[in-house]
Amino acid sequence: MRIQQISVFLENKTGRLAEVTRLISGAGVNIRALSIADTAEFGILRLIVDRPADAAEALAKGGFTTRMTDVLAIEIPDQPGSLAKVMEIFKDTGVNIEYLYASLEKDCATAVVIFKVEDLELGIKIATQHKLSTVECL
Amino acid sequence: MATKFWDKEAETMSRADIERRQLAGLKVAVARALQTPFYKPRLEGVGIKGPDDIKSLADLQRIPYTTKDDLRKAYPYGMVAVDRRDIVRLHASSGTTGTPTVIYLTQKDVARCADFMARSISATGADANDVFQNVVNYGLFTGGLVMHYGAERVGMLVIPSGTGNTSRQIKFMKDFGTTTVHATPSYLLHIHSKLAEEGVSPGDLKLKRAFCGAEPYTEDTRRKIEGLFGIEVFNSYGLSEMNGPGVAFECERRDGMHLWEDGYILEVIDRASLESVPDGELGELVLTILCREAMPILRYRTRDLTSVYPEPCPCGRTHRRIARITGRSDDMLIINGINVFPSQIEEVVMAMPEVGTNYLILVEKQGSLDKLTVKVEVGPGQFADDSRPLNALRERIRARLQALISINPHVELHEPGMLPVSEGKAKRVIDERAKL
Repeated sequence: MRIQQISVFLENKTGRLAEVTRLISGAGVNIRALSIADTAEFGILRLIVDRPADAAEALAKGGFTTRMTDVLAIEIPDQPGSLAKVMEIFKDTGVNIEYLYASLEKDCATAVVIFKVEDLELGIKIATQHKLSTVECL
Repeated sequence: MATKFWDKEAETMSRADIERRQLAGLKVAVARALQTPFYKPRLEGVGIKGPDDIKSLADLQRIPYTTKDDLRKAYPYGMVAVDRRDIVRLHASSGTTGTPTVIYLTQKDVARCADFMARSISATGADANDVFQNVVNYGLFTGGLVMHYGAERVGMLVIPSGTGNTSRQIKFMKDFGTTTVHATPSYLLHIHSKLAEEGVSPGDLKLKRAFCGAEPYTEDTRRKIEGLFGIEVFNSYGLSEMNGPGVAFECERRDGMHLWEDGYILEVIDRASLESVPDGELGELVLTILCREAMPILRYRTRDLTSVYPEPCPCGRTHRRIARITGRSDDMLIINGINVFPSQIEEVVMAMPEVGTNYLILVEKQGSLDKLTVKVEVGPGQFADDSRPLNALRERIRARLQALISINPHVELHEPGMLPVSEGKAKRVIDERAKL
């Protein structure tokens, strides 16, 4: 249902992102999905990895400010209209989305969409009711 | 609470006694100054040919001010009033502009420095039960050795740890049960930000108090340090030209620094007219040192801005208090024609609980205009996977600064620990405008 996302506060400085990926790779952790939200001054990197606790520890040791957030991961068929269907359900049931990003697999017929919803419990309930395919781990 | 004195008689003497001491001390200082190549022509030029030409303290006004530039001109031995063989030590200030300013001490001067320092330390309640970690630069800088001698005089166990190696500083604090530290405010904040990394919480330390000086800082920063460590922070004032720390120090009331008037004559002057200002009014501190035989300095313009407390301190000490230094007159930035003191910016930034322990002020030219950027570290607890609170914080800092200094600054948020930290005096201002 819910999976853990690591958010990293990144100031706008050359090499900060490379430092993040270096630390994660050093911990032998695999990045499964990521997105960066940026403002002019700083960015927020959001990561889904196979071993979140290890990645968070490596980042904290490297001096990064991180935060764990629970998000909803839903698997949808990689074809036109699948995301629209999910969005329609969320709209009708009042599940507010703060942001989302997707992870695609080239050799797979599905995509995983990561939803950060305002009310996670409600999101999980609605997803279950509507038999959306939630993902436990990536 | 009962006040603890180091030298009750000296610390509580009447105003008349202080002035009697000052007059006698001034005569001696003038007699010594007349033996130096620098002061002899200066004093004779205003008709002071011997100590008997000083009849009252009012005669001090006849003596011209001494500036830092004068000290450079007199470099190296132009103000020395004793035989070279009687000098046992010299200290030098960090001469960022080439020639350092140097002071000399005789054996007796070293002892008197230690005595004023011991008096200052005792005023904070510290005594031989305390373990004292002196986390400042030793060597040429007066802050290390003078404080060290005073602390030994009081009987504290002194750890001369110097600056640097934060992880070892924390280990010492913990292992030796340090109760008292002497450090710059910025380094204390830096130490605090590293405690967690060392697996130490402030509660594991026996720290009770800190002596802070060497760089101007605000009341908000003091409260922040006090809150973070659960300690009391005492302001210390000194400058190398006046023997370093131990010129003025806060007592247990922590409300203004007693300036030891049996060792120094204090004046506060208006920087434009160079006339004395009344007690309570801000001006430049001018000091005449009476407690040093090797090198007299008369009416030295410290460039430090302060005011004298008009009312006596409830602690019973009769030596007047000066307010925390709000800046150096040469710290003032002129940004697009507006006078700004870095302390004003610090006041805003440090009053925000979301802000971490470090900040930096950058001034640069953008076309023909000056651009002010304030870089602020965000406290580690503030980050919550959401840029909105961070943007709101940025805007709040910007608006408050604009309201206070009438300049619209650019505010940048940084990750904790990313701004440069210095272990001595913090370099908080970078002025990249070409010097005219």
